[in-house]
Amino acid sequence: MSRLSEGGLIDRSKPLAFSFDGKAMRGYAGDTLASALLANDVRLVGRSFKYHRPRGIFSSGSEEPNALVELRDGARREPNSRATVVELYDGLSAASQNRWPSLDFDIQSVNGLLGPLLGAGFYYKTFMWPAALWEKLYEPLIRRAAGLGRAAEAPDPDSYDRSFAFCDLLVIGGGAAGLMAALTAGRSGARVILADEDFRFGGRILAERAEIDDAPSLAFVERAVAELAALPNVRLLPRTTVFGAYDGGTFGALERVADHLPLPPAFTPRQRYWKIVAKRSLLCAGAIDRPIVFGGNDRPGVMSAQALRTYAVRYAANPGKRAVVFANNGYAWSAAFDAAEAGVDIAAIVDVRPEAPPIQLERAKRRGVRVIQGGQVVATSGRLLSSVTVRSATGEEKIAAEVLAISGGSSPNVGLTSHFGGKPVYRADIAGFVPGACPPGMRVAGAARGDYSLARCLAAGAAEAAEAVSELGFSAYATPVPQARDNAITVTPFWHVPGSRGPAFVDLQNDVTAKDITIAHTEGFRAVELLKRYTTLGMATDQGRTSNVTGLAMMAVLTGQDVGATGTTLFRPPYTPVALGAIAGHHRGKDFRATRPTPTHDWARAQGAVFVEAGLWLRAQYFPRPGETDWLETVNREVTATRTGVGLIDVSTFGKIDIQGPDAGAFLDRVYINTFSTLPVGRARYGVMLREDGIVMDDGTTSRLGERHYLMTTTTANAAKVYQHLEFCLQVLWPELDVQMASVSEQWAQISIAGPQARAVLEQVVDGLDVSNAALPYMGVAQGTVLSGVAARIFRVSFSGELGYEIAVPARQGRRLAEALMAAGAPFGITPYGTEALGVMRIEKGHVSGNELNGQTSARDLGLGRMASTKKDYVGRVLSQRPAFLEEGRVSFVGFKPVNPGDRLRAGAHFLPHGRSGTTANDEGYMTSVAFSPLLGHWIGLGLIARGTERIGESVRAYDPVRGGDIPVEICHPAFVDPEGERLRV
Amino acid sequence: MRSRYSVFSLLANALTGQKGWTPAWRDAAPKPAYDVIVVGGGGHGLATAYYLAKEHGIRNVAVLEKGHIGSGNAGRNTTIIRSNYLLPGNEPFYEWSMKLWEGLEQDVNYNSMVSQRGVLNLYHSDAQRDAYARRGNSMRMAGADSELLDEAGVRAYAPFLNFDDARFPIKGGLLQRRGGTARHDAVVWGYARAADKLGVDIVQNCEVTGFIRENGVVVGVETTRGPIRAGKVGLAVAGSTSRLTRLLDLRLPIESHVLTAFVSEGLKPLVPGVVTFGAGHFYVSQSDKGGLVFGGDIDGYNSYAQRGNLPVVEDVCEAGMALMPQIGRLRVLRSWGGIMDMSMDGSPIIDVGPLPGLYLNCGWNYGGFKATPASGWCFAWTLAKDAPHALNAAYRLDRFRTGHMIDEKGVGAQPNLH
Repeated sequence: MSRLSEGGLIDRSKPLAFSFDGKAMRGYAGDTLASALLANDVRLVGRSFKYHRPRGIFSSGSEEPNALVELRDGARREPNSRATVVELYDGLSAASQNRWPSLDFDIQSVNGLLGPLLGAGFYYKTFMWPAALWEKLYEPLIRRAAGLGRAAEAPDPDSYDRSFAFCDLLVIGGGAAGLMAALTAGRSGARVILADEDFRFGGRILAERAEIDDAPSLAFVERAVAELAALPNVRLLPRTTVFGAYDGGTFGALERVADHLPLPPAFTPRQRYWKIVAKRSLLCAGAIDRPIVFGGNDRPGVMSAQALRTYAVRYAANPGKRAVVFANNGYAWSAAFDAAEAGVDIAAIVDVRPEAPPIQLERAKRRGVRVIQGGQVVATSGRLLSSVTVRSATGEEKIAAEVLAISGGSSPNVGLTSHFGGKPVYRADIAGFVPGACPPGMRVAGAARGDYSLARCLAAGAAEAAEAVSELGFSAYATPVPQARDNAITVTPFWHVPGSRGPAFVDLQNDVTAKDITIAHTEGFRAVELLKRYTTLGMATDQGRTSNVTGLAMMAVLTGQDVGATGTTLFRPPYTPVALGAIAGHHRGKDFRATRPTPTHDWARAQGAVFVEAGLWLRAQYFPRPGETDWLETVNREVTATRTGVGLIDVSTFGKIDIQGPDAGAFLDRVYINTFSTLPVGRARYGVMLREDGIVMDDGTTSRLGERHYLMTTTTANAAKVYQHLEFCLQVLWPELDVQMASVSEQWAQISIAGPQARAVLEQVVDGLDVSNAALPYMGVAQGTVLSGVAARIFRVSFSGELGYEIAVPARQGRRLAEALMAAGAPFGITPYGTEALGVMRIEKGHVSGNELNGQTSARDLGLGRMASTKKDYVGRVLSQRPAFLEEGRVSFVGFKPVNPGDRLRAGAHFLPHGRSGTTANDEGYMTSVAFSPLLGHWIGLGLIARGTERIGESVRAYDPVRGGDIPVEICHPAFVDPEGERLRV
Repeated sequence: MRSRYSVFSLLANALTGQKGWTPAWRDAAPKPAYDVIVVGGGGHGLATAYYLAKEHGIRNVAVLEKGHIGSGNAGRNTTIIRSNYLLPGNEPFYEWSMKLWEGLEQDVNYNSMVSQRGVLNLYHSDAQRDAYARRGNSMRMAGADSELLDEAGVRAYAPFLNFDDARFPIKGGLLQRRGGTARHDAVVWGYARAADKLGVDIVQNCEVTGFIRENGVVVGVETTRGPIRAGKVGLAVAGSTSRLTRLLDLRLPIESHVLTAFVSEGLKPLVPGVVTFGAGHFYVSQSDKGGLVFGGDIDGYNSYAQRGNLPVVEDVCEAGMALMPQIGRLRVLRSWGGIMDMSMDGSPIIDVGPLPGLYLNCGWNYGGFKATPASGWCFAWTLAKDAPHALNAAYRLDRFRTGHMIDEKGVGAQPNLH
């Protein structure tokens, strides 16, 4: 065990069992998986992407490029989990990934030997011959070798929540700056949210041995968190990553509610996706250590100086027996001293600078730490790091060490600041990029803007928060800034050790080497985006947080430009990867979208209905009876029963729009191609409306219920679209019209009864209303009550071609009405029917429906052109007169019947003249709808074919190669049943 | 003389410390004048220049790019290639594009990883099935491949989809096996390298700031690198088209909208081809590197900002989970926005005019990537011959006046619905 005997923010009274690659281990509450692995002497944890090189733990945070594992098992398997941010829990199981057969022995590490062949972009230059082998051989091999972890194979069993929050100030990051900011804003009375990706607030303080107000800095953290927790206007969100900045002050955040537990407790989501709307935001996300690139810099044991300090101080885990520190800045020296005090054996500090600041030298001397100034690591050795070769003025020296802690300076965590496209700006004095233009309302404090000193972090957090809340009208509470002493830290830019030996990795995860950057430079891929895309630098799961700056700085050296002018790639959301399931929340499976049952849904289910999705609606498709062998038999029965007796169907799904006002008639005249202002009260009329571009948008019957009161019906599919269109017309085109409207689709249940016996049934449910042919003729509308006092509207309309009524009652009375109609119709053999039978009857009748109103047809195409009024203007009129709409060869709407009566028709078949080949040039149209007509005893179809109305009686091919169909069909009139409409009027 | 890429060039460089490589294309400085200027160094612009040089012998050509090549939509799409269109104005064009894809790598000597692993469009209702049958038949009639799968067929091809508790059950799908993906950046680089080899100047960091007009004729452009004259100026700038034509006081029937695309962390192979969801707007494939590449609808409002907002992010993830509930614990690694030049009928414009000396290539909606080869090929033809080829004869600008719209989705002149 490499657990240091004392110290650390781990709870030694709470041991936790876990396993890695099946091996049982122990850690403590407060550990991450990474710290526990190190404490268990595990140094090899993963394999790299391309060369499958052995890799260890590089960092102690979310920027980890190396230590990716498959966490958990089975349906909960989470590939690519960063061991450095996985909070240890009892029973945790993790496995290494992207290796075969084992982590220790990975066959594909042979790729490393081929390294010279596999330089940047090698795959763009080969695998081209013969062409067919790409899909058959090369690509499958590449795909199998690529990828990282394995996705689970079963649906994610956990649930995810979605929450909204609103605040005055969102503080992102709960380190020194963030805590001071939250305290200042909280004390000022502002609504504050403080989010931190860590499970413990404190940030760097947790890993540094520092003093605040002459006491251990941890005491400050504990005090601050306790006070914040007690403030009612402050919400603390630990384990919460603010992953993206969006318009309107909106932030996306992910709270890991139960990831630190073996399983989410009952009624608890695994994660919660927050949408936080903040008037102001303050980014206090800190900074990360950046590596220096040199040959052999990827051996397990090479880690950032910050990581060494964190593992030693925060987790009391010793990453290795002896450590060498290699750096170009003073921060790494402090890290070395902290680690040494925690119990790590520091063999030497190697600093590239010829002369380190005296105060640092003094501190090293006091601790007895050896210092090599002007030194560079030029090689490493050991499969797991065993020694480090250092070159200095005195020559080369090999130093035994299991840990090489490196720091090339700090990179501020500027990610969120560039989500609106703001480019980070290079600051030469700290050799790092700091935020440029931030999203509106965002400020930055502390290390995230390059202020690394603890004292300045504390002060800046307070000051920025005070300014932010002042802008919002709060009088900022003058929070006294606690005192911290730390030394000025200097950094000398240094990116790459020239002449070092062995492959030198810039991007550890994607195995992008210094050589690759040279290749990219040679081949002209010099702009940062081209560099990235050509070499894959920064395209791994860490998004290049530890590699981008170094890589582009190395390119800058090659091009002779300065780093600032070279620029950096932009960070895009999310800041760290976010689980898809969390964003989707509860919208999965059957809950993907709302389900709209009709008012008679339960009744229909009790009748044994089979349901079908119609948009969000579930509609009864057909009502099978015992003994019926297939749906067609059922549908034939339903159609026959309706045509010979009476049938019943719920048509509540049609859109219903209530339109009122003095200008209601004029309004309808403008949206329909035909006229409604002249419609008498108590009558209904079939109407067709166009889109602005002259194509048919929708059809339906609209009734006049009063002088200033109309009720429009739309098709089920277009209910929302038509309503939206009408709103646009009213609000934007003709605001001067005095019209009010509302969708009442949900308010009314509407049941249609159709068939020769429909009136006899209706008479039994109305409360004394005269529904005789004289009193309520075809297209008549009556209002009254049914079922002893239920308000009702009765429309004598028909889709089936039979005598029909639609009876509308308040939605809650729908089931009662259906049951009453069934009881009343029992003597006549009333038969409930579904959408299939409805479809058959409308095809028999030759009505257009959704298949014909496909957004590509004009009123003229559909044979509805004669309805268009020439006496008024209406939406779509002008554009429907364009030349293309009037061309001779346009399709028209006709019927089709098989020449051989036994042939089955298929919608989607194209029409060809006989004797012509199946090419685009010979395409004359297509079949839109088909049905088996029980009345006629054969299949019938509707369709659109060039000059169709002139070709009645002609035979053409119905060509359907995707289903192997090619049959002769005869063009006929679209109304197969009762073309004169006599049945409607009896 | 630049070397030809092959396994031998790789071997030679492996042995010589990678010292033999040369720039893939010259970083050209602009000359004072060209026969043809193509504005826009994306896939379409570079392909146009390549085919101008190769097919029409017009080599005094410059491609002007405001940033670096491939930094617009060419580098921001979901890399899907397919020719599964419905309407006669579209399908022959896209099938020609597919045929060009099939020979592209050998033609330009660059592995663009054109991978015909299949594109499957799922259907969830009988009406959708029939609409796909109509489409699949159209494809066959234009010489493309298509297969109408039933549910069992989809299960065999994509067993990882949610067949068990779907809100909108999968009833089948329309499969184009020749569809698939290509490595988008490599398409750009391949065309750039091949065009450069034929003498085309690729001028980067050269933003067009105005047009030079004489007697109403466009005779060149003003740029951040000075004025450049040209016999013909072709625009191939996708979402920036309206910004450029504003300089000419031209309003085109296109709107710019933002579309967000996503990539997940790398995974071992999970999704073989491209799958599109028929009951929501969602499409997914898996890159050779292992990331799931997916996307959905545009945000719906006009925008030049290359970033979207959370409602669409949610919509996309919801559809993804509805289709593949096993991806719940996989993580979105990165999302980014591209600016789509959405036209009034959802189809593109490749045409001469509307001003003398000016040529348009725009209106790609969110389908521009797959069109890259044919778009370049047809635009080159149109530039060279001053008339459209039969393949882009339907993509005239005046179709909105004459009514010859090519509205695949049938949603009309509402660009945010295409």
